[in-house]
Amino acid sequence: MKLITHNMLTSKCMKGVTVGYPLKIQAVDVKTTEVDFNPEFISRLIPKVDWNVLCSAAESIGYLEDLPKEVTENYENNVDFLKKAHRVLLEIDIINGELICPETGRKFPINNGIPNMLLNEDEV
Amino acid sequence: MRFLEVFFMDDTFQTFSYLPFKGTVNLNNPDTHLLYLEYYGIDSNDPPSEPYYVFFGRWITSGFRQLIRELSLKTRKFIGNTSMDPQLSLLMANQAQVKLGDLVLDPFVGSGSLLVAVAYFGGYVVGSDIDYLMLHGKSRPSRIKQKKREENESIKANMEQYSLQDKYIDVLINDFATSFWRDDIKFDSIITDPPYGIREATEKVGIHKENYSISEKHLSTHIPAKIQYEFSELYQDLLAFSAKHLRIGGRLVCWFPVFREDYSEEGLPTHECVKLVSNSEQVLSKYTSRRLLTYEKICEPNEENLNSANTIANFRNKYYKARDENRRERRVKEANIREKNRLEALQRQTKLSN
Repeated sequence: MKLITHNMLTSKCMKGVTVGYPLKIQAVDVKTTEVDFNPEFISRLIPKVDWNVLCSAAESIGYLEDLPKEVTENYENNVDFLKKAHRVLLEIDIINGELICPETGRKFPINNGIPNMLLNEDEV
Repeated sequence: MRFLEVFFMDDTFQTFSYLPFKGTVNLNNPDTHLLYLEYYGIDSNDPPSEPYYVFFGRWITSGFRQLIRELSLKTRKFIGNTSMDPQLSLLMANQAQVKLGDLVLDPFVGSGSLLVAVAYFGGYVVGSDIDYLMLHGKSRPSRIKQKKREENESIKANMEQYSLQDKYIDVLINDFATSFWRDDIKFDSIITDPPYGIREATEKVGIHKENYSISEKHLSTHIPAKIQYEFSELYQDLLAFSAKHLRIGGRLVCWFPVFREDYSEEGLPTHECVKLVSNSEQVLSKYTSRRLLTYEKICEPNEENLNSANTIANFRNKYYKARDENRRERRVKEANIREKNRLEALQRQTKLSN
């Protein structure tokens, strides 16, 4: 699971959960793979991203690297910034671990890079 | 087709001398391709001495027909029982107007055949599905000669096979009825083939018992129970989801099975915030077909119409009913034939004994 995906997920649909965001990450296995850099895609992605959540998620698994704490102005033309964002959003892959609901503590396992967000029948 | 390899020597070539091209001829890396075709009919054994037609024109661009063969399911690493064939997948991605840098979701991703086509057009792909075994490549193999799935069969492996891994974001196991996407996430398109309840079950997590809970000791290995996800409810959810999670102008492309006799456009699912822009039929049998629907989001939903979509007739029940009827008809017909044969045999016997 990549950090962009983590940024888009919430456990709000669970019974009794009001915000459910951001999910905590417990990473066991993290892999980095090189992904082709597409500045246009990253620029279009940044408005969708909750930047603070991205920073703390990256930090919690030890991959913050030199990611700026805030989105720079005029980032569309800042290749250096876009490259750093690209690195954290798309190249870090959590292979095994858990996502944890911040309100209930419910754990969602990540196996082989695929998070399992299935609830049990008594939770829906 | 006859290739005119000796075209340059040919007299025909000289007849194009009127064309206003003054530059030098560069055959290895030409700026302009001009194509000249002669049509000799379809009987290659007996062509006429002169062509029926000749065609002449300038090459503008190539089609993508070869992709159908390149992406063939026969050579694809990971497929499922209902993988969409590449021609239709490409067509769907085209309908969705997928372009480079789009973020595209398939909420019933299965073996990811639609994502391959989307990624080919430059879309970054995300998928989700309720089927754990499918996404982990552990479901029963779909190829007749394959006894066991290979070690690393997955949607990601398919992307790697076609060198599209850069466009692969993630797939996750998620019940569409309880979606985990953040409320404000917008996709550029949603392209999907939901289960019809015929070859793939329509299911969501749930149970009919009330006040049910799972005991602590079973929790770690518990597999959630599933109940029928009503067909009409599923499409309502899909349209409401699209109204919420598409950008304005973004498209939902999906298949919708119909019972041909009672098909009418009014019976298709609708939602105030998405407009049907295209609707075409693929006939499946005498009684059934499926329609490729393309919707475009025209406005943001408000609180009121967030979850409202109209109700639609239940296709699945009718499908099974019609199939049962067919079976009964067939059985009656076969019984009649047997009866006729028996009587004829009886007649022959009486003739012989006479």
